[in-house]
Amino acid sequence: MRALSLDEGAIEVEAVGMTMRFGSFTALDSVSIRVRAGSFHALLGENGAGKSTLVKCIMGYYQPSEGGILVAGREARISDPRAAHALGLGMVYQHFTLVPALSVAENLIIAARDTQGIINWRKARARLSEFMASMPFSIPLDQQVATLAAGEKQKLEILKQLWLGRKLLILDEPTSVLTPQEADQILGHVRDLCRAGRISVLMITHKFREVMAFADEVSVLRRGRYVGGGVVAELSQAQMSAMMIGAVTLAQPSPRIGQREGVVLEIGGLCATDRSGLKDISIDGLKVHAREIVGIAGISGNGQKELMEVLTGERPRRAGHVLVKGVRWDASRAKARRLNVRFLPEEPLRNACAPRMSVAENIGFRVFDGLGTGTQFWLRPAELRQHAAQLVRQFGVKTASLDAPISALSGGNVQRAVLARELTGKVDLLVISNPCFGLDFSAVSDIRARILAARNSGAAVLLMSEDLDEILELSDRVLVMSEGRITYDRPVAQAHIHEIGAFMGGAQ
Amino acid sequence: MAQVESMAHSMARPDWRARFARQSEAIIIPLSALVLGLAGFALFLFVQGKSPVQFFQLVWLGGFGTGFSWQNTLSRAAPLLLAGLCVAIPARLGLVVIGGEGAIVMGGVAAGAAAIVLSGLWAPFGIVAMAAAGALAGALWIGAVGALRHWRGVNETISSLLLAYIAIALMNHLVEGPLRDPASLNKPSTPTIDAALAVGKMPWPNVHWGRLTGVFACILTWILLERTAWGFAARMAGSNLRAAQVQGLPVGALILGFTAFAGCLAGLAGYFEVAAVHGSANASLAAGYGYSGILVAFLARHNPLAIIPVALLLAGFEASSGLLQRRMGLPDASVLVLQGFVFVAILASEAVYGRLRLFSPERWSRA
Repeated sequence: MRALSLDEGAIEVEAVGMTMRFGSFTALDSVSIRVRAGSFHALLGENGAGKSTLVKCIMGYYQPSEGGILVAGREARISDPRAAHALGLGMVYQHFTLVPALSVAENLIIAARDTQGIINWRKARARLSEFMASMPFSIPLDQQVATLAAGEKQKLEILKQLWLGRKLLILDEPTSVLTPQEADQILGHVRDLCRAGRISVLMITHKFREVMAFADEVSVLRRGRYVGGGVVAELSQAQMSAMMIGAVTLAQPSPRIGQREGVVLEIGGLCATDRSGLKDISIDGLKVHAREIVGIAGISGNGQKELMEVLTGERPRRAGHVLVKGVRWDASRAKARRLNVRFLPEEPLRNACAPRMSVAENIGFRVFDGLGTGTQFWLRPAELRQHAAQLVRQFGVKTASLDAPISALSGGNVQRAVLARELTGKVDLLVISNPCFGLDFSAVSDIRARILAARNSGAAVLLMSEDLDEILELSDRVLVMSEGRITYDRPVAQAHIHEIGAFMGGAQ
Repeated sequence: MAQVESMAHSMARPDWRARFARQSEAIIIPLSALVLGLAGFALFLFVQGKSPVQFFQLVWLGGFGTGFSWQNTLSRAAPLLLAGLCVAIPARLGLVVIGGEGAIVMGGVAAGAAAIVLSGLWAPFGIVAMAAAGALAGALWIGAVGALRHWRGVNETISSLLLAYIAIALMNHLVEGPLRDPASLNKPSTPTIDAALAVGKMPWPNVHWGRLTGVFACILTWILLERTAWGFAARMAGSNLRAAQVQGLPVGALILGFTAFAGCLAGLAGYFEVAAVHGSANASLAAGYGYSGILVAFLARHNPLAIIPVALLLAGFEASSGLLQRRMGLPDASVLVLQGFVFVAILASEAVYGRLRLFSPERWSRA
């Protein structure tokens, strides 16, 4: 170990006995972790385990109820994020905090606190060039940020923190919007910076692969408590997973039953304009069979949303055909009922629920105009309540009351309620988008098991997901969507993660 | 397992305390806002050197105190009921339509014009056809707002307001030109309608049938919105358009149908103004009922049944304005100022919903 002077290099940060209470709820319970100078420290935990609360306490967004922080061995009072910045602590968020219309140089200069009212661009640029040259990776200073790829933007975020003189970086799921290759590249650079003693890093993540490959040490939180950790090299993935999940027994994905049968969904020559209005999506020869899950992998913004919208009837298609069981699909309620087509859009509270309506009403969306095959004019509130109560029990939706607005439920329970609504009765075609985004571990395994069960009982499932692990776990066949086209199609047994990553990144 | 069963059983029954907490919110908050608005107006009077106590006494006397004032109030309430529904129905779809005035005016003109053609025909047919003409004109007027919204994405609040001005201009053009009765000298009007086509008064209370029609329309609308699949679909679409589309609901048809129905009721209000009050279509149609209807609907939280008492209350305020002018020397517009105070308080109270622990179902549920 090299000795580093505090002014230049990485610093050690230690949280001691950190407790954070919100009313009667304890979000953090006496957590102590130590990020050694120049180390790459991973913070693992499910949603709601207290990772964000911990880093917000360190960054001064929250004042902990008990406990304190030692920065470079000295006790520090961090009253707000500015105080944290002054001590050399910086944070990189999941989503970008850059100004897209400005150039790289301009972004760096406006971020600095000592920037004068009048900027001497020549001097500033000279300093920036010098800074870039001293970095292990660089980005052209004159490029406009909007034209950078996601990975480049994340690199720039990290460069920005270094430019601002930060010595400890907190990275909040920094790779969630990147391809695996981009992620590996960036984390490799971050690790090199740690090795060189320039920064210490505390990274929030839920990807074991990244922890195993890049981190030096790991701390695991569960329900606000520190439950284990240590040097990564001495731990196995199974051990970390056990710490993270604890004694909860997870629903096992039901085994696959049976082989695929006849074609249910067939899309040919489909052409539609994407959100930007500038590009097209065009899908040809996409077939989904009964008793088959077809997973579409891809980085968000490559046409998955548009494909979903075309299928739900929200986006007009310019050309092509969509057939469900050989019948032209027009996204009408009558056809959906006759052909047993169901949709699970992403972010269910935003796209599949009426937030202000009650849990019972939301569960009734598919059946309010007729529980059977026929349609009815009069509402039957008592029947709807009965139906909702039964599904709430069957699917384990946790709600204080059937009359509570559905927006009062946690994300996992909203998704359970939507699944209860959509997976009841005979399902022939199920179209799903990011079903587990932002949900906690037990909800995730529960929901994935339900999707597999639907497949096993004969449904054709089209699954679009940004989570590659999810695609690989659930799918029988893996597709990659890139630039509005399907560029890759393999049975899951023959699919390879690096190959998929390359196609996600735009390979043809 | 037994425990799970019993929990599910208790859930199936309505959890009355949680429901009561949720529903009382919709009564207590607007009521408090109303009181706050009145208090604000009282302060305004006090600063002006007028007695708030006398003001409220006179409002009581002029609006509700005597048999005559009740009659006045009730006949003013009729158009307010229908104009309130014209706001409340699109509100279920999440649309803020504030141009009911236009549908009232067009309904009145259409009824007045129809009366010219229908005079001398068999009276029951004539009455129905005249009412239908008014309703149809209103339906087209507000239905156009829905169509612009659905197909062209035009903001319904702006378009309905502007269409109201167009309606008033169109009415002025028609009653001063093609439809003008040469005998109407100082106030251009359509010809006075045939006596057989006029709407009479109910045996009790002594006001025209429009009042009963208005109450009936409120009840019918409540049933439509709360007890039919269409009403449920409209609430879905109003709460989350995307979710409704994903469920395959015909969103366009819902928007068009509900806006047209709302306009149809406002058109009927115009019809009653012509057939029961003025006897012909003229500038008196644009008396501001459409705008007062906005206040009625917001005070009633867009609940059709709550519109009935709220319309009565506001009609009472308006009925007392003559008395206020004579006895307190207050200008004609003071009732409008009062309405303004109440409206601002109601709009501000929107921010409170869902924030008070007192009304939270979780606090009261048994689970």
